[in-house]
Amino acid sequence: MASYPAELRYTREHEWAKVEGGRARIGITHYAQDQLGDVVFVELPKVGTRVRQTQSFGVVESVKAVSDLFAPLSGEVVEVNQPLTEHPEQVNRDPYGAGWLIVVAISDPKELEQLLSAADYEKFLETAGGSTGD
Amino acid sequence: MAPSDTARLKRTPLHAAHVRLGARMIGFGGWDMPVQYAGIVEEHRTVRTAVGCFDVSHMGEFEFRGPDATRALQRLTTNDVPSLAVGQVQYSLLCYEDGGIVDDLTLYRLAHDDYMMTVNAANIDKDWAWVTGHVEGKVDARNASAETGLIAVQGPKAEGLVGRLTDVDVTAIGYYRFARGRVAGVPAIVSRTGYTGEDGFELYLPASSTEPVWDALLTEGKRDGVGPIGLGARDTLRLEMRYALYGNDIDQTTNPLEAGLGWVVKLPKGDFVGRPAIERVKAEGPIRRLVGFEMVDRAVARHGYRIVRDGAEVGHVTSGSYGPSVDRYIGMGYVTAALAAVGTEIDVEVRGRPQKARVATTPFYAPKVKK
Repeated sequence: MASYPAELRYTREHEWAKVEGGRARIGITHYAQDQLGDVVFVELPKVGTRVRQTQSFGVVESVKAVSDLFAPLSGEVVEVNQPLTEHPEQVNRDPYGAGWLIVVAISDPKELEQLLSAADYEKFLETAGGSTGD
Repeated sequence: MAPSDTARLKRTPLHAAHVRLGARMIGFGGWDMPVQYAGIVEEHRTVRTAVGCFDVSHMGEFEFRGPDATRALQRLTTNDVPSLAVGQVQYSLLCYEDGGIVDDLTLYRLAHDDYMMTVNAANIDKDWAWVTGHVEGKVDARNASAETGLIAVQGPKAEGLVGRLTDVDVTAIGYYRFARGRVAGVPAIVSRTGYTGEDGFELYLPASSTEPVWDALLTEGKRDGVGPIGLGARDTLRLEMRYALYGNDIDQTTNPLEAGLGWVVKLPKGDFVGRPAIERVKAEGPIRRLVGFEMVDRAVARHGYRIVRDGAEVGHVTSGSYGPSVDRYIGMGYVTAALAAVGTEIDVEVRGRPQKARVATTPFYAPKVKK
């Protein structure tokens, strides 16, 4: 599996979004989970909450750090990955699969233009590095 | 961290070894130290189930030698120094006149008039100034920190691993006792002490020969499932034991009695620095106490979070994390003395919201140290 799948879109805060029709599945990137280390707690919004692009929608905590989660896209939360409450380590094990965080109904598809392609995200990691509260 | 900051950090004799092992390095108390290698939770489990090696060379070592060494240390530290036998180790404290804690330490009686004191890395300069300012009589004090390496080998397989590499009969060393010998051919103090709740050793070595011993431990220990362990797991391991960490749970503003360290304060021994202030606390009773707590709600308590009850602040969190071996969110903190009983319900304020917690029996983890 590629560290940064080509079908996803990325933020400079190390979230990914996968467009599924009018919805987007959202998670954190391989780089983010690696920098955080063992994730031990995830705090997510409830279904029905409206999240806004670039705004915090939750928190992920590793043994040593607390990090805000920033929404790649605006929209209403329509699904939350409830099993992460009991098994937050899925964020480390499978950040693009079982470790997804929320699904939102996209309110403004134009916002997708703000997001990075996998190639651009990897370029961003090489040049800027990252800050995930490490 | 900016490169200029990293450059100013001090390095232990094992720094190059950590980099070779692919450790993630962080600044800690002025030192560039490994926070993790394979991952904090995995390293934590390695220590609980097999054996782990920690570089703790950043810690400080002071030597006190001379006919007045016992008397001087008796006045300087809170525990009873004359009761310490040659070959024995004592946990103790340095206190200020007002009862606040300068540092916590271990004291080794190397010979009748010869002691070694091990202090926290971040406190070496402060402690050295303090002890040299207070030592009286015929005592030769020496700061041996820079020339001393220190490796902790901790876990159920530690005795077997160290035993295979040394000419010392490690099975004969009791808890909080030490012996001198060679480990991997290098002269060492082999001390049955640690900061994890597991059986294990701390090996004091010449700084220049610390790396070959580290390499020998990791090579010989392969069949035991050995791993290098970073500061991250060192912190979760000690938290499960409710061991205080200086700068987090104890400092110059906390006194030993409220911190639950009254067992290393021997008031009947006579005068020592801080005694009158500590006697007053004892007479009046501490107004707050350091407790261990477990989260009832799902939330992680962190250093500095407020502890509240019925909306009023009753204390603060000093340490908190997920405890991998107890599979709970646990922490330590100061609460008003009336709320210190096990089972007392408290709230920890996490991002502005009160989350239920309960004062817990400690240690959280049942220790496996040698009796």
